[in-house]
Amino acid sequence: MRAISTEGLTKYYGKHRGIIDVNLTVEEGDFFGFIGPNGAGKSTMIRTLLGLIAPSGGSAEVFGKNAGKKKIEILAEVGYLPSEAAFYNGLKVRDILRFSADFRKQDCHAEAERLCERLGLDPSRKIRELSLGNRKKVGIVCALQHRPRLYVLDEPTSGLDPLVQREFYAILAERCREGATVFLSSHVLSEVQRYCRHAAIIRDGRLLVCDSVENLGHTGAKRVTLYGVSRAPLLEGIRDVKTGGEAVSFLYNGAPGGLLQAVAALPLTDFTVAEPDLEEVFMHYYSGEEM
Amino acid sequence: MTLWKQELRAGRVFLAAWAAAVAFLTAICILIYPEMAGQMEEISGIFSQMGGFSQAFGMDRLSFGEFLGFFGVECGNVLGLGGALFAALIGIQALAREEKEHTAEFLLTHPVSRTRVVFEKLLAVFTQIFLLNAAVLLVTLLSVALIGESPDGKTLALLFLAYFLLQLETAAVCFGISAFLRQGGPGLGLGIAALFYFLNLVANLTRKAEFLKYLTPFGYAESADVIMNGRLSGGYLAAGLFLGLAGVAAAFWWYERKDIA
Repeated sequence: MRAISTEGLTKYYGKHRGIIDVNLTVEEGDFFGFIGPNGAGKSTMIRTLLGLIAPSGGSAEVFGKNAGKKKIEILAEVGYLPSEAAFYNGLKVRDILRFSADFRKQDCHAEAERLCERLGLDPSRKIRELSLGNRKKVGIVCALQHRPRLYVLDEPTSGLDPLVQREFYAILAERCREGATVFLSSHVLSEVQRYCRHAAIIRDGRLLVCDSVENLGHTGAKRVTLYGVSRAPLLEGIRDVKTGGEAVSFLYNGAPGGLLQAVAALPLTDFTVAEPDLEEVFMHYYSGEEM
Repeated sequence: MTLWKQELRAGRVFLAAWAAAVAFLTAICILIYPEMAGQMEEISGIFSQMGGFSQAFGMDRLSFGEFLGFFGVECGNVLGLGGALFAALIGIQALAREEKEHTAEFLLTHPVSRTRVVFEKLLAVFTQIFLLNAAVLLVTLLSVALIGESPDGKTLALLFLAYFLLQLETAAVCFGISAFLRQGGPGLGLGIAALFYFLNLVANLTRKAEFLKYLTPFGYAESADVIMNGRLSGGYLAAGLFLGLAGVAAAFWWYERKDIA
């Protein structure tokens, strides 16, 4: 079953571009990262899936249901965390959580208590007294307390300290193992690389690539670092050269033999060859260079 | 009715403050009446002969010497204007506030239809107006009993009904506008209430401008007419009903389609 599928999904705000012709599929049970810088169209995509905005063209389905027409059925199975979570200021955390649960006609207080405990959130505090990070935690508990089938998380870790981030991802991983689907947007590539199984990259409203995180890193190019020299060897297939101190680092996508021959004569103290990380893949797609 | 409850809860301090202020002013007006009543015949004569000013406030037709005449002018201003301002403020902010404070994203990603959201918010606005009027009516009856007056019950009820309808209409019009706003425009709400009020004043001044009464709820809530005719003007009331319904319909229609930013 597909958790999310879009066909030619397009959204313009007047003349302003939101997203253009996005075709995306996320299978149920996946842990999916949606990558792009600010303004690339990540939030527009998410808002369209949740029926907050109507597409200008194309269609979106969640669990096989049309995002516009079956919005309420979809929302009953989704836990959504907005990038900037805002709540009714006068209420206490506990009231917000109950308000959210009431709308879902569910009693979630046991699960809410567990989540507050794990994330270190005091439910007796007033919303207006909370720091940005703690407000985010309220949003997380609201998105998770009813144990939905699909988690849609818009930049979930911004504002959270590293310990809470780790706990948050641990909870998501548990939910995912139990069969739920996680769809998160991020511009923090290391967290996508660490936790997601599949990822898509969006630029200027268009989907550039969608693949497993492993394959995305597997572009044929290697990140080579040579220690003890200050200049890269003259060789075909070398680019993105970085020098610093007694080391030089570059991306290489020629034949291995050529590289070995070229470095054999150099006075190296050490060297490493690694897969480029997602950040480099991302920069590649964003700079439009060949890899 | 989760949202309805939340709206009432969120607005309870605001409601209490307005109800207290309007009820307090109304009570003051009623309680000073006996002291003024002696001088009333004289004052009434002066007040009724101030030309345009008297006309604008309906004082050329009402007698200050009778309690209801006095009450009609005073109450017409206190509860009419005070209530209209309150109704405009809560109406104009009901829907727009969610987007201004970015809570719309939270609210509308729950499995609840936008129609339901609009319905419960509208109901909350009307409920608050009802509570305000009930409080003011209660204080009025107590104050009236305190000074030993016994005004005609039917006329008093009719006056309160007129002010209540006036507030419902003002709120409904502002509520309709609220659906189109992304910022909660309290200034706009106050402007609309003031506009309604002044349209009626202008309409009172000259026959040529009398048609303006169709545009404002103050047209059918004119104390002098209500007291003299013993009923609300059907034509103005029908126009008001139309305006109010148009506001409500616009809110339901547009909010269902609106992109939530």
